[in-house]
Amino acid sequence: MSRKNIRLKEKVERLVILDKTGKANEALDPKLDDELSLYLYKLMVQSRVLDERMINLQRTGKMGTYAPCRGQEATACGATPAMDKDDWIAPAYREVGSFIHRGWPMESLIFFWGGYEEGCVPAKGSNHLPFAVPIATQCLHAMGISWGMKVKGESDAVLCYIGDGGTSEGDFHEALNFAGVYKLPLVMFVVNNHWAISIPREMQTASPTIAQKAVAYGFDGIQVDGNDILGCYAAVNEAANKARSGGGPTLIEAVTYRMMFHTTADDPKKYRSEDEVKKWEKLDPITRYEKYLTTRGTLSRNVQEDVKAEAVKLVAEAVERYELHREVDPVECFDFTYEEMPPELAEQREDFIRVLDEAGVKRGPRGHYLLP
Amino acid sequence: MAQMNMVKALNTALDEALREDGDVVLMGQDIGRDEGVFRVTEGLLDTYGKNRVIDTPLAEGAIIGGAIGMALYGMKPVAEMQFSGFAFQAFHQVENHLSRFRNRTRGFFRLGMVMRMPYGGGIRAIEHHSESREAYYAHTPGLQMVIPSTPRNARALLRSAIRSPDPVIFFEPKAVYRAFREEVPDEPETMPIGKSQVVQEGSDVTLIAYGAMMRPTLAAAEKLAEDGVKAEVIDLLTVSPMDTETIAVSVQKTGRAVVIHEGPRTCGIGAEVVARIVETSLLYLEAPVKRVTGYDIQFPYFAREDVYLPDAGRIARAAHEVVKF
Repeated sequence: MSRKNIRLKEKVERLVILDKTGKANEALDPKLDDELSLYLYKLMVQSRVLDERMINLQRTGKMGTYAPCRGQEATACGATPAMDKDDWIAPAYREVGSFIHRGWPMESLIFFWGGYEEGCVPAKGSNHLPFAVPIATQCLHAMGISWGMKVKGESDAVLCYIGDGGTSEGDFHEALNFAGVYKLPLVMFVVNNHWAISIPREMQTASPTIAQKAVAYGFDGIQVDGNDILGCYAAVNEAANKARSGGGPTLIEAVTYRMMFHTTADDPKKYRSEDEVKKWEKLDPITRYEKYLTTRGTLSRNVQEDVKAEAVKLVAEAVERYELHREVDPVECFDFTYEEMPPELAEQREDFIRVLDEAGVKRGPRGHYLLP
Repeated sequence: MAQMNMVKALNTALDEALREDGDVVLMGQDIGRDEGVFRVTEGLLDTYGKNRVIDTPLAEGAIIGGAIGMALYGMKPVAEMQFSGFAFQAFHQVENHLSRFRNRTRGFFRLGMVMRMPYGGGIRAIEHHSESREAYYAHTPGLQMVIPSTPRNARALLRSAIRSPDPVIFFEPKAVYRAFREEVPDEPETMPIGKSQVVQEGSDVTLIAYGAMMRPTLAAAEKLAEDGVKAEVIDLLTVSPMDTETIAVSVQKTGRAVVIHEGPRTCGIGAEVVARIVETSLLYLEAPVKRVTGYDIQFPYFAREDVYLPDAGRIARAAHEVVKF
């Protein structure tokens, strides 16, 4: 009879490359070239400008409820660009930079939050799924895609986003379990922004870290500073390389903070302290990266201003396309339920058209009905 | 032509699909080495290997969610749920995503996958192994709910289901699995999804059923014939989208109808059939339409299941009432 500690081979690490002051750890700095370094910066700035504009669109009644990503830009803007073009991305719904990087037009996001399915149509060849609203359900799709890659013998990988709240869901655990069993090329990226609406991270799990959950599924976990874009990039890059070469999945926990409300429909003052928010304000991922790039000599005041101006222009153009050029035929509601429309549904569609006609709904130049 | 039972017929369809299309994979609990708890996947692991016939960990949600991922990736997964009573642990994936991806992405993503599972009572199984909850799936837009009734149509419909560009929930009447054999043609055969069949012509009353209820319904039709009542029998085959026309044409001819299913009555498939009869054929009706169904109670433990399940006697009795009205 005996009783001793079981030794586990899986490891759980914590990675920080850029410290709070924007100073890089020399040994860990991935030393990305100027072009990529600057690109990541642009992506974060565009993400923030679009995010701010969408809050504004909601506030002025031009868009629906919106879940902003302010404060956590370094996660999506660091993680998605670390994946190859043939790799797939499964977002949750707060990864603005991920969509932009994969070539989704900015107005897609506005369309989605504005109540149009058109916002879920992926950019061609983007290998990027649309928003997943039911929490953690996308984990299984990401796992399934990586399963398909393995079955097909492709050496690609999948990056899946999920929040800290989502780690309480069964789908998250089932995805990790299957990924571990089949050694799938999956990078599970948890954006731990500390709050799931009003429920703090501590109420989701008793584990001191989320990263350590990887151990139970038989692979490594790593916690990164989620406001350190180089840390996010490097961790995902490493995990993706491991996945593509048959090394199996990795669980990454990026620790960041949701600076705003959960969505435009709630008031965080009800459930968290202003002091906590102020503390995180000082850790802003964009400011931190600006300091790093400036020290490196990659970013001048002029370039900084140009990047901001370009972002503002791109977002303004996207808003214009959303506001001025949307032509959405309500009758299309019926057209994508099945490849071939069943007769009963075709009858319902005809009836709907009669209802629109009787209500005097106007038609546009293409003969389509115009939404009031 | 070969005589085979439904298990063998389904096995044949899966074998054909795996052979014809490299994107088809089977996945589920115990479908590989164990060849499925009902042996539907017999021999397939040996023939196609563990990349095509995949034993999975025990999690229905991950099997269906994972299959959705594979379908997003362009493959054609055929996922087995060991019993339909356990598929509720995957229901959130069915409702939230399987039924919606096409519409959500305006046709960009098409989930051509099949979720097959044994359903229904009659095999003296413990709780959660006998329910008929096809109405849940039929109620969800974007899904096709298919239920074969014989070896031949099971093989043909499963082939069609695997080829369909849209998701198919494929209920297999486990009471029929080994109940009888039927001639199944050697050459691959398909049947259109969304079409019902008149399996027996008659002029006095229309009996509408599907799946495992086809056998007692046909037995009832025989009893009725002995009593001089000529029953027309419709096998729905696809429960949703429902083939209204076949039902309407028959009821307009007979003027009388009885709908039969195992599942509970309230908001069951029968309710939808009756609604469509009323919408299309009210003025042809000579009598109120009757439903012979499971009662609005949970499926009894198996000591009492025989009295719960609709049988030929109950069906014939209802038909007589309708005819005599």
